[in-house]
Amino acid sequence: MKKEDVPQDKSALEGITRDVCYVKNSDGTYTTDLSTGWEVKKDALDNAWEDIKERVEEARKAVAKGEKSPVYYFMELKLMDLTILSGYTGYWKFNIKRHFKPSVFQSLSEEKYKKYAKTFEISVDELKNFKG
Amino acid sequence: MVKEFKHIQTAHCENGVATSLLRYHGLDFMTEPLVFGMGSGIFYIHIPFLVISGGPAISYRTMPGWIFSRASKALGVKVHREKFRSETEAKNYLDQKIKEGVPVGCQVSVYNLSYLPPEYRFHFNAHNLIVYGKENGNYLVSDPVMENVTLLSEEDMMKVRFAKGPLAPKGHIYFPENVQAVSKELLRKGIIKGIKRNSRDMLYVPGNIAGVAGIKYTSKKIRQWRDKLGPRKAGLFLGQIVRMQEEIGTGGGGFRFLYAAFLEQAATHLQEDKLIGISEEFTKAGDMWRQSAVQMGRIYKGRTNNNQKDFEVCADLLLEISDIEKQAFKKLFKMKLG
Repeated sequence: MKKEDVPQDKSALEGITRDVCYVKNSDGTYTTDLSTGWEVKKDALDNAWEDIKERVEEARKAVAKGEKSPVYYFMELKLMDLTILSGYTGYWKFNIKRHFKPSVFQSLSEEKYKKYAKTFEISVDELKNFKG
Repeated sequence: MVKEFKHIQTAHCENGVATSLLRYHGLDFMTEPLVFGMGSGIFYIHIPFLVISGGPAISYRTMPGWIFSRASKALGVKVHREKFRSETEAKNYLDQKIKEGVPVGCQVSVYNLSYLPPEYRFHFNAHNLIVYGKENGNYLVSDPVMENVTLLSEEDMMKVRFAKGPLAPKGHIYFPENVQAVSKELLRKGIIKGIKRNSRDMLYVPGNIAGVAGIKYTSKKIRQWRDKLGPRKAGLFLGQIVRMQEEIGTGGGGFRFLYAAFLEQAATHLQEDKLIGISEEFTKAGDMWRQSAVQMGRIYKGRTNNNQKDFEVCADLLLEISDIEKQAFKKLFKMKLG
């Protein structure tokens, strides 16, 4: 990439930082330059976030319909998956999957509610009373 | 007398921490491309069946931690590393090092790095930054991807050092010890070793999912995605490739420009003009990676109204890249250096 071709598009980095690119000087040697962003990258990131938002919305609907417990919704909201959630709580993935069931979620111990609430950075009440 | 720490912005976090710490300890000649090349940083792997944040698991570089370890070893520098079970112990250790005036590298998750834009904060646990001081209960942080130094609260620092999930940092802290002056001869040897090891890894790693063969593997997969996953998901998968390749930290073109810059510096250190020609080949590979990103971008921007022919174009480009890199690494592998 040549120095004059470094993209300077708008991106989420605006006002926070710029991206280091390795580019060719006019004399053909390497140097670095800063880029404010690249549209191609921004579109990819925007798409990924749109996908996340859709997944969170689906999770919310599933809770509202009584198909899934709040644990499932907050896992999606916090961009986690079973592996990460298992890491934070110390519960096995198999058990977490059970906690996704509203009936099982209803009868969890107070300790488990606390663990999930802490992991999701919310209060126990918010967790228990989330209705979708 | 505590030596003043100087922030250096680099493309990639691990290279950046390594470059800054080695320079702090007197190795002024170190640059990001040198660390990257001596650490044999360039790689390619596409792990089959594994889906990460809704896309394929692809990496353009070697395993986290290896670049710094290899580059330091080549320079005769020992890297002291600690991991912790207890959060309190981890905090005390960090505070003690700061008190001693020793800047240290920390492995962290980006999810709770409050100074980054929210759009970039995923549960990625292999980010690296330097802590070089503490003021009013806040840590002074030199994050290599940031233009300037930043602050992180004690609470956030604990969160990022003890994030959970894949590659959990477990409070991982590291710093170089007993850094001695490095002779020109040792530097030259390290550069040659970095080049040879990297060529071997890219050419001869077993299996078909890594090295130059791995690029071919991805190319084959891309041809199947639209039929297998449907146009929308196939587009998201391409988006993930582009993000891994071009997002903060690669220097553009999936580290290929960074590697080309390394070969240019290697040519000077080894007084070997032939390396300049090969540097050009990696520049070409990097340009083609960028070109493939543009092509992929056209597909995922359109979301669902893409067609199989668009995917074929991307796949063909990757085949060509695989071949260019194969030829370039073959030349490096055979070249008599030093």
